[in-house]
Amino acid sequence: MGRSRRTTELGLLVLVAIITVSAYTLASLGTDATIPANIGTFLGVVVAGLLLAHVVVRRLAPNADPTLLPLAGLLNGLGFVTIARVDEDLAWQQALWTGVGLTAFCGTLVLIRRVRVLEGYRWTFALLGVVLLLLPMVPGLGKEINGARIWVGLGPMSFQPGEAAKLCLAVFFASYLVEKRELLGMGTWKVGPLLLPDPKHLGPVLGAWGISLVVMIVEKDLGSSLLFFTFFLVMLWVATQRLFYVVLGFGLFAVGAYLAWTQFAHVQERVDIWLDPWSDPKGSGFQVVEAAFAMAFGGVTGTGLGLSGRIAIPAAENDFIFAVISQELGLLGGTAILVAYLLMVGAGLRIAIRTDVAFEKLLAAGLTTLLGVQAFIILAGVTRLLPLTGVALPFVSYGGTSLLANYVLVALLLRISDDEGSRAAPRPLANATAGSAPR
Amino acid sequence: MNERIRRLGIVLMVLYAALFVRLNVIQVAEQEDLNEHPENARPIQREFNRPRGTIVSADGALLAESVEVEGATFDRQRVYPEGELFGHVTGYFSFLYGASGVEQQYNDELTGNTLEQQLEGLSDLLADEQNTGNLRLTVRKDVQTVARDQLGQRQGSVVAIDPRTGALLALWSWPAFDPNLLATVDAAAATEAWDFYEQFPGKPLQAKAYQERYFPGSTFKTVTAGAGLRSGKVSATEPDYPVTNSYLPPQTTQPISNFGGSSCGGDLFEIMPVSCNSAFAEMGTETVGPDDMIDGAESFGFNAEVPIDLPDPAESAFPTDFEDNLPKLAQASIGQNDVQATPLQMALVAAAAGNDGEIMKPHVLDEVRDNEGNLVERYDPRRWKEPLSAGDAATLREAMIRTAEDGTATGLLIPGFEVGGKTGTAQLGTDPPRSHTWIIGFAGPPGGEATVAVAVVVLDQPASSDFTGGKIAAPIAKAVMEQALTGSGADAGSDESPTEGPGQDEGALAPGDDPSLGADSGAVGRHDLPVSVEGYVGTGTYRLQGALRAAPQARSRRHVRRLPRPRPRARPPGRGQGAVPGVRQGRVLRGALPA
Repeated sequence: MGRSRRTTELGLLVLVAIITVSAYTLASLGTDATIPANIGTFLGVVVAGLLLAHVVVRRLAPNADPTLLPLAGLLNGLGFVTIARVDEDLAWQQALWTGVGLTAFCGTLVLIRRVRVLEGYRWTFALLGVVLLLLPMVPGLGKEINGARIWVGLGPMSFQPGEAAKLCLAVFFASYLVEKRELLGMGTWKVGPLLLPDPKHLGPVLGAWGISLVVMIVEKDLGSSLLFFTFFLVMLWVATQRLFYVVLGFGLFAVGAYLAWTQFAHVQERVDIWLDPWSDPKGSGFQVVEAAFAMAFGGVTGTGLGLSGRIAIPAAENDFIFAVISQELGLLGGTAILVAYLLMVGAGLRIAIRTDVAFEKLLAAGLTTLLGVQAFIILAGVTRLLPLTGVALPFVSYGGTSLLANYVLVALLLRISDDEGSRAAPRPLANATAGSAPR
Repeated sequence: MNERIRRLGIVLMVLYAALFVRLNVIQVAEQEDLNEHPENARPIQREFNRPRGTIVSADGALLAESVEVEGATFDRQRVYPEGELFGHVTGYFSFLYGASGVEQQYNDELTGNTLEQQLEGLSDLLADEQNTGNLRLTVRKDVQTVARDQLGQRQGSVVAIDPRTGALLALWSWPAFDPNLLATVDAAAATEAWDFYEQFPGKPLQAKAYQERYFPGSTFKTVTAGAGLRSGKVSATEPDYPVTNSYLPPQTTQPISNFGGSSCGGDLFEIMPVSCNSAFAEMGTETVGPDDMIDGAESFGFNAEVPIDLPDPAESAFPTDFEDNLPKLAQASIGQNDVQATPLQMALVAAAAGNDGEIMKPHVLDEVRDNEGNLVERYDPRRWKEPLSAGDAATLREAMIRTAEDGTATGLLIPGFEVGGKTGTAQLGTDPPRSHTWIIGFAGPPGGEATVAVAVVVLDQPASSDFTGGKIAAPIAKAVMEQALTGSGADAGSDESPTEGPGQDEGALAPGDDPSLGADSGAVGRHDLPVSVEGYVGTGTYRLQGALRAAPQARSRRHVRRLPRPRPRARPPGRGQGAVPGVRQGRVLRGALPA
């Protein structure tokens, strides 16, 4: 089974390499009618990178899902081509970060042979997650870029520690909720007509969640706040099987969103733009309006790579990269991106369903939610389905930390998938032993 | 938990389905609305950024080309090395104001969008730039320059045409505009230039030579004579009009009197040279009559759109409501009342007299060639109208030659050539009286066919015997015809087209030139863009300056604005021999992956 899965993966990776290199060549021909001089090197590097990752997976996780790595590579490749189209210098950095991301991917597979071991470090991860989230607030270290204080500057490099914090908190939530899900599922604490779980059990979760949310709101990172809120609710719902949490959560969200809308000018602005970007198409609505123009200009088949002229959308290489892709590759290319994410979501959830270790199940579902919802939030913002809250489009957007974190995320999913695939028989004991880590 | 995870999958699928619906709404359902949204600069930008061929004059002067610019919204900008000299011919190509002139008319040829060019491009799919077309026009810089210099700072128009082919040799009007100022990528500067031209008296943006109509005055008597000849009611000797100082048309007590109260009369060869009002009024009203006058005027092109290959030509007008209004016909017969003609139309009348009674379609395009110098398209001269038989045309021609030899148009005479003409001074009915002074004429080798025809109108001159068509307009027409007949470019524009492709004129950068010098030294003479609207703008802008002082409402200092100088980088050397790929240094190649 493992062998045929790896052969599938290899075939898909070859396709990814062909698509990426062709797209890169076409984009270059489109912009200045020349075949890039470094095309041979480029082809070599792409093939080498993908092959390295493949060999590591073949050696260390032979039974893992064969589609996740190629899908990530495809999104990464198309993202690179689009970034190169917008700004060559950024593309070079993105290439560097792709290398770092693939290294981290391999490193994760090397270091973490069993995802279950992570369960024992839940408080370490909780602490690490919160610290990472707080880093940008440290004076002298944190940097504010485009109104959001989510960056940490180290010399010439900038990091978004929030991307890594995501993963840490996912591990924490998964392990904590797995252990407490029975308790959280039962109501023992009577508040008026409601039966709530014991606050003793609910407290740490609410605490970590609250801190993260408050931090992100203070940092004006609306997109991450929304992502985290959704992620938390989904985890709670999957773990406890109680719809009550979802209802309560969205109730609280409605109240919170309303309060934020009345209190914060930047939230009001986002909503106003969402409702009517045409009232100020040259000012506040410019980005959303330009994105709509770009996508409409692409139409069904797109203008062709590199053929849409100068890109006028602000943050075209980052939050709005999807608008550029939709412009040049059209509805067809945009839909391909959507399908790629949906396939990744499907693969992730399939891994979650197949594994019989509760922690891994919840972690896989959580990580998949992070990936799928993050992509949805920014895509919905760009297409004006929801108010715009900037987050990176996983694997596609320019941004090193995001790329790194998402490769690690995929590595974790592959590790879970390999565990489940290689287990000859269910090992119910594993759950019990790992679940009783010290509190 | 598995049940929950499956539901989670369904929820995520629904969310992505919603995204897919939104994409369809934006890219399909609302696509057209968004593309046509007034805030959307994208379609214009695409049009504006498309590679565009060059435009050269018949004698090889570069009239328009695209240069690449940096640091602006657009990659390319159109420059017009001759400034305002050919502004009305090439027109402008502006992302704010669209296109006019040749830029508008031959947009598809310039961008390589015609069927022929598309088919040709199929074999070379990837090299988009190769398909652009380079235009060679029929207009000659030497003739155009003489027209401009001769007209000077007077409002008016000069049209010179080759009667045999309809090829326009000069098409000049003043006030003119400099298309560089509108084509700039600097939106603020372009807007300012546009506003300046819009409020400038005399409509500089309008190519008045074919887009504006004026009272033709006595030059129209050639049409009246032509209508008479055409109807068979007038010949060289018949009728013989009485010598009188005025003519009283039927149905009125208002006589039409002769210039300065003089007396005149006789046959066609006698009344034309002295421009006899009484005789021509009687000819139109009584000899020819309303129906044949209308038929005659329309046979020369009145009341029809001129098939010129330039946008928005004005239609010359001859009234058709003469029922029970013979006095009106009498006035119309001498070019007054509601008769209105473009300078181009009057040049065509002269051309008919000089070209055996045939009027060829007027045009400015000679040929289109691709970047390798291969012929893509050549303008095929066609007849538009045939108002006169060859015999009748010879009679009209003789009458006009006599007018030039010993009549009102002696100012036209060019030694060694056979010249014919007719003057006109159209009173405007203003107080103090002012008039448009006209002349039309043709010239060619003695005994042979005419090789050039002209119309000149100088507007709004004082009404005195020192300011008649013969005195004001004739010297301009003579100089223009003389240049057309004897100038250095006299052979260009004829059917024997030069073999070299466009772009190989002396102005183009020669192979081996360092393209990087272009911005500062090499091409300075051609790419040094004007620095202000009222300051120096190529040749001839001193006129704008002078007029600016005369126009009190014109804004002054605020128009001084430094325009970004386009950098003619990455120009393939030796265009016309195919681009050399390696020399196109437009962009640094994309960053490679770290090896």
